[in-house]
Amino acid sequence: MDAIILQFLNGLDKGSAYALIALGLTLIFGTLGVVNFAHGALFMIGAFCAVTVQRLLSLSYEVEVEGETDFLGNPMTTDIPYVQSWFGEAIGQGIIDWSVPLAILFAIPVMLIVGFVMERGLIQYFYKRPHADQILVTFGLAIVLQEIIKQIYGANPIPTPAPEAFRGSLDFGVWLGFDPNTIIYPYWRLVYFFFSAFIIAAVFAFLQFTTFGMVVRAGMADRETVGLLGINIDKRFTVMFGIAAAVAGLAGVMYTPINSPNYHMGMDFLVLSFVVVVVGGMGSLPGAVLAGFLLGILQSFASMNWIKDILPGIDQIIIYLVAIAILLTRPRGLLGRKGVMED
Amino acid sequence: MLGLNRKDLTLMMIVAAMTLLAPIILNPFPSDSAMAQFNAGYPDLMQRFVIFGIFAIGFNILFGLTGYLSFGHAAFLGVGSYSAVWMFKLLSMNVIPAIVLAVIISGLFALVIGYISLRRSGIYFSILTLAFAQMSFNLAYSVLTPITNGETGLQLALDDPRVLDGGSSGGSLPVTQLFGLEMRATTQLEIGAWSFDFNVGYYLCAAIMLAVFYLAIRIFRSPFGIMLRAVKSNQQRMNYTGLNSRPYTLAAFVISGMYAGLAGGLMASMDPLAGAERMQWTASGEVVLMTILGGAGTLIGPVLGAGFIKYFENIFSKINDNVLHSWFAVMPDGIEDFLVTIVHPFVGKGWHLTLGLMFMAVVIFLPGGLVEGGQRIGRFVTGRRNKKAGGAEAEAARKQPAE
Amino acid sequence: MGILEVKGVNKRFGGLQALGDVNLSVAENTCHAIIGPNGAGKSTLLNCLVGKLIPDSGSVMFDGQSVLGRKPYEINQMGISRVFQTPEIFADLSVLENVMIPCFAKRDGAFRMHAVESVESEAGIREEALAMLEDVNMADKKGMLGSSLSRGDKRRLEMAMCLVQRPKLLLLDEPTAGMARADTNNTIELLNTIRDKRNITMCIIEHDMNVVFSLAERITVLAQGTPLVEDTPDNIKGHPKVREAYLGEAQV
Repeated sequence: MDAIILQFLNGLDKGSAYALIALGLTLIFGTLGVVNFAHGALFMIGAFCAVTVQRLLSLSYEVEVEGETDFLGNPMTTDIPYVQSWFGEAIGQGIIDWSVPLAILFAIPVMLIVGFVMERGLIQYFYKRPHADQILVTFGLAIVLQEIIKQIYGANPIPTPAPEAFRGSLDFGVWLGFDPNTIIYPYWRLVYFFFSAFIIAAVFAFLQFTTFGMVVRAGMADRETVGLLGINIDKRFTVMFGIAAAVAGLAGVMYTPINSPNYHMGMDFLVLSFVVVVVGGMGSLPGAVLAGFLLGILQSFASMNWIKDILPGIDQIIIYLVAIAILLTRPRGLLGRKGVMED
Repeated sequence: MLGLNRKDLTLMMIVAAMTLLAPIILNPFPSDSAMAQFNAGYPDLMQRFVIFGIFAIGFNILFGLTGYLSFGHAAFLGVGSYSAVWMFKLLSMNVIPAIVLAVIISGLFALVIGYISLRRSGIYFSILTLAFAQMSFNLAYSVLTPITNGETGLQLALDDPRVLDGGSSGGSLPVTQLFGLEMRATTQLEIGAWSFDFNVGYYLCAAIMLAVFYLAIRIFRSPFGIMLRAVKSNQQRMNYTGLNSRPYTLAAFVISGMYAGLAGGLMASMDPLAGAERMQWTASGEVVLMTILGGAGTLIGPVLGAGFIKYFENIFSKINDNVLHSWFAVMPDGIEDFLVTIVHPFVGKGWHLTLGLMFMAVVIFLPGGLVEGGQRIGRFVTGRRNKKAGGAEAEAARKQPAE
Repeated sequence: MGILEVKGVNKRFGGLQALGDVNLSVAENTCHAIIGPNGAGKSTLLNCLVGKLIPDSGSVMFDGQSVLGRKPYEINQMGISRVFQTPEIFADLSVLENVMIPCFAKRDGAFRMHAVESVESEAGIREEALAMLEDVNMADKKGMLGSSLSRGDKRRLEMAMCLVQRPKLLLLDEPTAGMARADTNNTIELLNTIRDKRNITMCIIEHDMNVVFSLAERITVLAQGTPLVEDTPDNIKGHPKVREAYLGEAQV
């Protein structure tokens, strides 16, 4: 029992990441009809926003430590971050410690701009081209973005720790009456899950309760008619692209303490996210979220030892197996609508 | 001749001449000149040109003709490589059985994957093939380690049985050969300051590539080829014309899978090891790039694309800052440094950046790839010449369907 | 006994009864028109004949065999060809290739691996296709791409693709929809010439009464999914039920 709860929890954070990326992919696909292979790169850019903020906040100047010398007799130096000298030592250290959450503030405008530029600069010319062309050009774009990040930040993963306060683990089992240390769950993963849930809820609320969202939903259902009503749907779709980019970016920012970001993390997630979208049903937002969590949890269960003993390697392929089974039996995915991408 | 019309025969002849003379054509600079780094006429690289050429030709039979975009073709390449290495381990170092087994196994593998994946079309097909390839890759890395030797990759060992060769051959690993002719054997020809390498392995690969290129031309010009183009053009009309599109696409899928397996088998024949990374989806993406860059649906496009990418990958990644400084040495110092800084991100390790940009540019501006680029230039030239003669002929030529 | 016998066909889409107990008999070597107001179920009926839809009940016999449950390509191989409302051709292929494909389908069946023979060596097929293009006056356009044709030419090409198979039954789904007067007249003329030359059975769905009365020997009027009357054109013209179906009761 405790093992099952543990695996369930373990699946949640990965599932949250899948769900967030798949949500963005579906938004773009549903509104713009574009298959965006560069969406993983947006996740990756988000993660590097966190790295950037961390580095900016840690920018330091050198000071000589009075009265001490190193073994060569030169004066000892130490680096003092500017934030510490501006705000005082304690606050400054606190700011640096909280750089990942702070990066959210930085990532939102950055991702929105990246999204707008991408849509206006490239994607809008591909609305009427075949899906294969869209896949190809965004694939090319993904390579380019990835290489740019690699040139700036190098090829190695960059550790970006969570704030001190969230570094420990929660002994979840005790709450449920199990022995101590049976179900341990890192705080940050819990944070990630709630953060994702919040973002997902915000996106749905935005689409459900604002006029803007209503128009977008109408456009997802029938773009032509909405266009005929004299509503400038293109402008709103540009904004949606920005929002989708921001969602992917935020997913990336908050994921950095779980996995140190590297330049190809986007691609790794993209393949799985596409599978998630297809399983959930192309163009269905609830489907994307549902499938994201479902597959994340399923993957986590498949990596339990006794399952691996029965079916070796199942943890490696479970997601793909499920995707294949779903595609063949329910071509529209779990919650897909009729008429989306069918021929 | 050969059952080809004049135009195709000319193309075939040009490709044959180019591949056979490649060791000379690709080494135009004297071996100790500053430009020698642009020489590509060494065996290892030339082998890669033709092997990836085969891979791309095969991929083009599926994607170029039927329009089904597979994102998992590297799986067949990997399977081909593994089969070939196992043949070297168990049977003989002769490359023939290895290549034959590689083609057969990858064909069977493609039959299974194709049968399932082709039940869907469009992006769903792409995702299905991607899922199968990633599954194969993950399995090769983990559970199938007894067959694939996991992360290390499958290699030859001294104590391999090699039934036909009579077991181990002393203290060193045997080398791949064709009835005694070693694949690595190279004859060097020195003419003045130039030196040219003639390598057995390259010529074997080149001969096979010419054979499969010829086969591809025949397929393109056959009724079967027309049917595949019909699949891409209008499946609905096809079904209402009494044709079952499924077996046509499956046949194309299996053929292109076998081409990929052949490429994988040859890769292992040149260098007898096989690793799981050959099956990763980035490798599948590479063959897509090659085909699109060269020109999907054209005969020569994939070969051009493969050569282009492999050449620039090799050359670009060798250019470092020292080389750049020596190029721009004639400029004043400030400008020299500036130019080096500008160019630096795009060469050396930044080669992929250039590749990505180039690829985007091709998809955006030149959907027909290099071949279309060539045609446009050709048309521009002939168009100017014909303007004086009324230009009617060029106009008529444009209306002809593209070959 | 007609070549096409439709008996008691019913088709429901959710709560909508699209076809209710449809009976239809098309005699060999005639042109049979199906007319009716919008939403009468004409297209649904046609889709049931070619395997795109399967009726909930009833039987569709063609040439003595049931077509139900067969795939569109199998039904075509039995001898039914279909012309679509918007021309369905192979836009990326040349006009000649467009016509050669049905020739191959006729000769080789639903699938055959002709992977190494060259198309150019198929002289018989080529001549057959060229002769067909002559018949529809498109021989001079044989090298053009399907996508570069005018709408009228696309329609003619599609008919050529259907006719070259020498179908036992040709189904035409509003062959003159959206055409100008002159084009419509050309199409009527074309269809009449083809009938004189090739002796085929046609079943045509049409809105344009002019077309119907110039071609058809028998007419079935469909309204709300059921056949109202079936008769010769002359009798249909003044039939009160037909006027009612088209114009509504108030006008009668």
